[in-house]
Amino acid sequence: MSGVRVLVGTTKGAFLLTSDGHREDWEVSGPLFGGWEVYHVAGSPADPERLFASQSNGWFGQVVQRSDDGGATWEPVGNDFSYEGDPGTHQDYDGSSKPWKFARVWHLRPSAEDPDTVLAGVEDAALFRTEDGGQSWTELPGLRTHASASSWAPGAGGLCLHTILPRPDDPERMLVAISAAGVLATEDGGATWQPANKGLQSGFMPDPEAEVGHCVHKLARHPSQPDVVFMQKHWDVMRSDDGGMSWREISGNLPTDFGFTIAVHAHEPETVYVVPITSDEQHYPPDGRLRVYRSRTGGDEWEPLTDGLPQSDCYVNVLRDTMAVDAMDPCGVYFGTTGGQVYVSPNAGDHWTPIVRDLPRVLSVEVQTLP
Amino acid sequence: MSPQQKPAVPSDTVPIRIVLPSHLRTLAQVTGEVVVEVTAPVTTGAVIDALEAAHPTLAGTIRDRDTGCRRPMIRIYADGEDYSDAWTDPELPDPVIEGHQPLRLVGAIAGG
Repeated sequence: MSGVRVLVGTTKGAFLLTSDGHREDWEVSGPLFGGWEVYHVAGSPADPERLFASQSNGWFGQVVQRSDDGGATWEPVGNDFSYEGDPGTHQDYDGSSKPWKFARVWHLRPSAEDPDTVLAGVEDAALFRTEDGGQSWTELPGLRTHASASSWAPGAGGLCLHTILPRPDDPERMLVAISAAGVLATEDGGATWQPANKGLQSGFMPDPEAEVGHCVHKLARHPSQPDVVFMQKHWDVMRSDDGGMSWREISGNLPTDFGFTIAVHAHEPETVYVVPITSDEQHYPPDGRLRVYRSRTGGDEWEPLTDGLPQSDCYVNVLRDTMAVDAMDPCGVYFGTTGGQVYVSPNAGDHWTPIVRDLPRVLSVEVQTLP
Repeated sequence: MSPQQKPAVPSDTVPIRIVLPSHLRTLAQVTGEVVVEVTAPVTTGAVIDALEAAHPTLAGTIRDRDTGCRRPMIRIYADGEDYSDAWTDPELPDPVIEGHQPLRLVGAIAGG
């Protein structure tokens, strides 16, 4: 493996950070799509030179960009994300009904097998697929038309589908996560869906253990253990050992179990990373200290990782899609902050260094390990 | 190509000059003003139809894909008048149709 390419989406454009296997010296390119919000940039596992970027803003709406040369050049592809049929209504913050309306693409999930196939999670929550490299997008309407969908309500960021997690051993079986509906699972490639929130408790709901309505912030799993799924919920870090059918809390000794992001080590399926955030009212790290917490036991027991991270006067946030790992040995761990830093640890979290310090607010971080 | 083979511009079209916001110029990969041939009656809607046909990457950026309505933070001005909501009627003013002035698409001021 020759190096890594870190794909960073920010509120003012995208940036590509590249390095060799040492991950010490970095080349920074960008901003791409300067001035636009880039919620996500993702590379195709089937063709690492093919990248997709979700570009949007309040004036001009949604654009999807594609690169076939590793980000050197880009071209706009299709941006028609029309819901199938009459999309109906969902709940608004105050419990009133609100018509479903497309706002933006939050998350892109390129197929592991086919560089032309990508799933897109959008706001208002729905799942779309392209099979022609992004030129056209078709909704998988079984999700948005689930019987519970009219009761879904937005989280603070909107009613967004932000996580798409196909099983590595059977991509027809997927989990998606929606704020604030929770996790839904399909066994048939997206035709039909079932809520997968058993064991979650959310105090902001009339019934804290309701089947849907949970504000799930992020899911992660290791490809070697497809039944084991980790979750950072609004509050609580959770774990499933049955592919999402049931969950148990693994927050253990974390200083706070509120947070947004979660990731799993590339080579150790029971090593998990979170970034605790004070609370849903205080979106910054406890005590002004930016700490990643690592569990080597699949949860419950957590150790703070602070070497190289600011341990005073730090009040950035770390958003849901901003932590990723590379496949190098030792595993590299990366995360971005709302203060514009992107940190790397080339040794699984033991020491951290900022690759960049002054980007716009970081919305997403993905890592490609290049051959 | 002989004169007989040259594609004819329909006689009932007129060239309309358009000023785009810089983000849309970047997206359409153009610099300066854009000129599109518009079939009469030359309304705002007809100009945007012609603009999207000539520059497909702009589809969805000026008007909503679903509703076909102008996106709320796009404003459209002609000869000093606001034509943002005059989509099909009336025709654009003579100085725009005669090419003396461009149709101006403007991103609404929002923020600082």
